[in-house]
Amino acid sequence: MKQLMLGNEAIARGAWEAGVTVSTAYPGTPSTEITEYISHYNEINAEWSVNEKVAFEVAMGASIAGARTIVSMKHVGLNNAMDPFMSISYPGVNGGLVVVVADDPGQHSSQNEQDTRWLGIAAKVPVLEPADSAECLFFVKEAFTLSERFDTPVVVRLTTRVAHSQSIVITGEREVVALKPFDQPHGKYIVAPAYARKRRVVAEERMAKLAAYAESTVLNKVEDGDSSLGIIASGVGYQYAKEVFPDASFFKIGIANPLPRETITTFVKKCKRVIVVEEVESIYEMIIKSWGLSVEGANLLPRVGELSSRIIRERITGTAPALLQAMSENQIPVRPPVMCPGCHHRGPFYVLKKLKLKVSGDIGCYTLAASPPLESMHTSICMGASIGMAFGFEKARGKEYAAQSVAVIGDSTFWHSGLTGLIDIVYNKGYTTVIVLDNSITAMTGHQDNPSTGKVLDGSSVIALDPKKIAEAIGIKRIREVDAYDIVALEKVIKEEVAAPEPSFIVTKRPCILIKGLELPDETYVVDTEKCIGCRKCLAMGCPAISFVDGKARINQLQCTGCGVCVNVCPVGAIVKSQGGAV
Amino acid sequence: MNIVIVAVGGQGALFASRVLGAVALGKGFDVKVSEVHGMSQRGGSVITHVRYGSAIASPIVEEGYGDMVIAMEMLEGLRAVPFLKKGGTMILNEQVIHPMPVITGKMAYPDDIAGKVAAQGITVHRMDALKMACDAGNSKVVNTVLLGAAAACVSGIDRAIWDDTVKTLAPRKYLDVNLQAFDKGYTMVKGNTK
Repeated sequence: MKQLMLGNEAIARGAWEAGVTVSTAYPGTPSTEITEYISHYNEINAEWSVNEKVAFEVAMGASIAGARTIVSMKHVGLNNAMDPFMSISYPGVNGGLVVVVADDPGQHSSQNEQDTRWLGIAAKVPVLEPADSAECLFFVKEAFTLSERFDTPVVVRLTTRVAHSQSIVITGEREVVALKPFDQPHGKYIVAPAYARKRRVVAEERMAKLAAYAESTVLNKVEDGDSSLGIIASGVGYQYAKEVFPDASFFKIGIANPLPRETITTFVKKCKRVIVVEEVESIYEMIIKSWGLSVEGANLLPRVGELSSRIIRERITGTAPALLQAMSENQIPVRPPVMCPGCHHRGPFYVLKKLKLKVSGDIGCYTLAASPPLESMHTSICMGASIGMAFGFEKARGKEYAAQSVAVIGDSTFWHSGLTGLIDIVYNKGYTTVIVLDNSITAMTGHQDNPSTGKVLDGSSVIALDPKKIAEAIGIKRIREVDAYDIVALEKVIKEEVAAPEPSFIVTKRPCILIKGLELPDETYVVDTEKCIGCRKCLAMGCPAISFVDGKARINQLQCTGCGVCVNVCPVGAIVKSQGGAV
Repeated sequence: MNIVIVAVGGQGALFASRVLGAVALGKGFDVKVSEVHGMSQRGGSVITHVRYGSAIASPIVEEGYGDMVIAMEMLEGLRAVPFLKKGGTMILNEQVIHPMPVITGKMAYPDDIAGKVAAQGITVHRMDALKMACDAGNSKVVNTVLLGAAAACVSGIDRAIWDDTVKTLAPRKYLDVNLQAFDKGYTMVKGNTK
């Protein structure tokens, strides 16, 4: 059936059609929807794993035990899974193992623009790169065939624009694939040096065979057009270039590693001028030039940020239409993402700012606390790092600095990779205070369950892990729980805990305001304009429901959720309940 | 046809883009729809793209080639002007949502946005879609009001196809509200262009 599908949905469909029976993942934009769509297929045993490393390990086990298996993550998630990813390369697989990695050029929702093609090259595994949803579906199926034929994990690399664009696909039937026997020769899956040295050679032989395969595969495509301009491109870069140069000759790369040397050489020699169009990194260009061929690319196109048809048009043709502009861009106020009205995180960060603490932050919606007006997060580097980093502050500046700093981390991120940092603090006699912002969901990526939500991917119930009990088991004595909306209590507790000469563990509680079916308070809040002195203190909370009109604060009644956090911020008591209030 | 939908995260741009995509698919066009997921959905500027025609390569509307912008908020409409080609159309919701630099007093919310946009030779259909949505029965169907207005500007597609697609894609519980909202937007623009 012909239908519109998101790239991520087409990946899920392709996996199902390929007979996959096991799927693992940790959510991360732009990869999250793959696993959400996979969860709709009853034939696939799918899970949200605790982190990408575990997701990868469960997937490796499932593959070696004979099942076709898919594991999905965002580009920086692969960093978390790098140990298993690099280590499974030499041993190889059993049931097909496909690793879908979604890169984020332009950093729409990410800390960097790292390019997974490099990592495929480093790991000596093939990397496929689809350019639309139809290719997502087809390439994933092909990836399983390749994985089993060449005894290798196969990476399918997406970028945001492929993962999050809908285009037309024609779906097929599911291939029923039996479990493969689980009886490989002894040592194949043992990476002790004596075995692994032998597999090292096999990995090289495998890449040579894959290079031969790449010369003739349908994954690569030559489109003969006007030979005065040849474009070598893959993924969405191909689509942008096609838009600008519909008549040019194209070499569309579908397998990014290894590249087919002979067919690319023939193509380059046939065209008068050849430009390599690739986003961010000049990987193809570098390899092709290493073959002694003359191509252009980085001399014309930027190596920072996403490509676009306009950039290609401007940089290569030198002409692009002048753009309409109703107001100069720097006069139009930007609209960065913000914490929602009623967000769990607003209260804790307001208090941290008030207490002037140095805040070691982490990855999640709460990273928005780094932006104005709260600006109360000072570091945020990678998943789970907040706890170890805060301990690093203490190590560098002395134990007394633990009274001036805290680590903050979300519930899902705590399970992902915060726990080991917490153990390190206790083990190494630290004083650092750790605050878990528990909003009962993995929020930023669109509300996925995690070990403390009491639910798994298929919606069924499971025991909800309690971070406080873990902290207790590790040996932390000072453990507190506070309502995230109660900024008076928050201030008191945080003050006490940072001052304590031992590690403290604080859990702030309130479910994410966007959780479906959440019961909200009946009453909203309004500003009594008689009392309001226009001091703007409430505006410093960064609540999008509060604005400043005619010298007074105003609360938008459509947006107010009735959380009441602003009430205690107003110095004159001008914020009152909408019913029975003065307004 | 190149359509750009701009909104504040959470306003429902995805639903509008999916209806447009489904309608175009039903008419036998090649279609690409580019969506936004992730961080910017939390109250930030969001842009979705809908392109259809005989063969579509890029999923993104190139600046200067847009036929229509559906702006669910005034400031976002102003920001999206460079997407439009000369003589393009903008469906402009009069709703104002202050972004953080305005809330904190660092910048002013620009005035007379509709006038500024129209001065660029853009056909502007402005409406208070929030009020129209509330009249239809739910403040959340602003997106469907504007979708209806956009549909009235698209030639070659019968009204019945739009209604059927909204019926298919809207949540069952809010079907009537969505159909009414669509009609309000559609009728308003048809009335303007008669």
